[in-house]
Amino acid sequence: MQLSTRHLLGIKDLKQEDIQLILDTATQFKEVLQRPIKKVPSLRDVTIVNLFYENSTRTRFSFELAEKRLSADTINFAASGSSAAKGETLLDTVNNILSMKVDLVVMRHSASGAPHFLAKHIPASIVNAGDGINEHPTQALLDAFSIREKLGTLQGKKVAIIGDIMHSRVALSNIYLLKKMGAEVTVAGPPTLIPKYLQQSFGVNVSYNVEETLKWCDVANVLRIQLERQNQPLFSSLREYNLAFGISRKLLDSLNKEIVIMHPGPINRGVEIDSDVADSNQSIILQQVENGVAVRMAVLYLLAGKRSDS
Amino acid sequence: MKTILSSEQLHLTIQRLSHQIIETHFPFSNTVLIGVQPRGVFLADQIAEHIRSLYPAQPFEYGKLDITFYRDDVHKELHVANQTLLSFSIENKHVILIDDVLYTGRTIRAAMDALLDFGRAGKVELCVLIDRRFNRQLPIQPDYTGKAIDSILSQKVTVNWQKPEVVLY
Repeated sequence: MQLSTRHLLGIKDLKQEDIQLILDTATQFKEVLQRPIKKVPSLRDVTIVNLFYENSTRTRFSFELAEKRLSADTINFAASGSSAAKGETLLDTVNNILSMKVDLVVMRHSASGAPHFLAKHIPASIVNAGDGINEHPTQALLDAFSIREKLGTLQGKKVAIIGDIMHSRVALSNIYLLKKMGAEVTVAGPPTLIPKYLQQSFGVNVSYNVEETLKWCDVANVLRIQLERQNQPLFSSLREYNLAFGISRKLLDSLNKEIVIMHPGPINRGVEIDSDVADSNQSIILQQVENGVAVRMAVLYLLAGKRSDS
Repeated sequence: MKTILSSEQLHLTIQRLSHQIIETHFPFSNTVLIGVQPRGVFLADQIAEHIRSLYPAQPFEYGKLDITFYRDDVHKELHVANQTLLSFSIENKHVILIDDVLYTGRTIRAAMDALLDFGRAGKVELCVLIDRRFNRQLPIQPDYTGKAIDSILSQKVTVNWQKPEVVLY
């Protein structure tokens, strides 16, 4: 049993069996993380570079912990403080790092498609840790793992993705994955933050009414407003956004059912989600973070096993 | 194809292994049985069941250990991970590892590494159904053997638990 791909560039390229294999392997890694010694020697001969051209806390730490718990050697790269600031190109930087015998590249970049470009030009396997507004596959995998853990399955579950769909790589990866695994998806938010043709291209429902969407769903995945990617005003103010599209306690209490609240982080409290929702028992936000390490261990383990084929 | 153990012989062998374990370890006050995933668990299940049927009032700890992440051939062949279920401490315990076929010894090497991560066992013994005695690549020997056989590398030993029987191809 193997992954059908050498890289994890996006959920788009994965088959249903690949997703199943990653989630099942992650289940076993989650057990490893409960042990007194939370570490296995699987990748002790593998060296991984974490190439972060864009800011990250959770994802970078999560990957680094996953690598260390697989016994891989790791080196970290941040764009600021590196030769990238001196004008070195992406390909040159990576080729220089690879010449030091690095086997796997974990990469985040603000340009959509950067890891796909790299995959065409270098021999190492690449894990996309978020590229621009395209995909963030490991986030979607850990979201799916968390939903499966909470509700038993993804098949037939109703998942709402609420917020800045337009600029969210988490949304796109989640849509691909949930549709492949047989879940129903509704995206909700202001019309200016939902791309046109989403319904036709991906078979998801589109709603501009958060209350109705919450009534429909089993799980609500709430996304941050990505102000750093918006170069024109798309809604009048954060306060107004909160009133119209924010998830409040009052709104959840009016539903007469308990839905699961998720958020990929970082949270902007009082904007897309209120504190008493984010910190409630309904929220599995911190479990998502915990599961992230196990899921990333599974991805790295399965990709490292793929190396010998090439 | 050659049958090494028929259904009846397999049944008798499992009974004998169980009795040998009982003889050495009764009343199991400090002993734990651990089946090696995936195939060792079938044998371990049967041994545990047989011991329980003989001494229902004498409970003992029984777990399952997956060794996938401890293998030394991650880059040659990728194995699918199985469940590890050790709900007890093995600190200072007398552990009996149970597997179906002892061949190169590499699986047991990995199992011992995996076991170390759960604590420091007092002693570790090995119980196998089939010992392919001339194919070892590591210095590992069983303490309880169902049947020792002579085979060459190109041959394959399969334990079919459905039928059940043990055959050599």
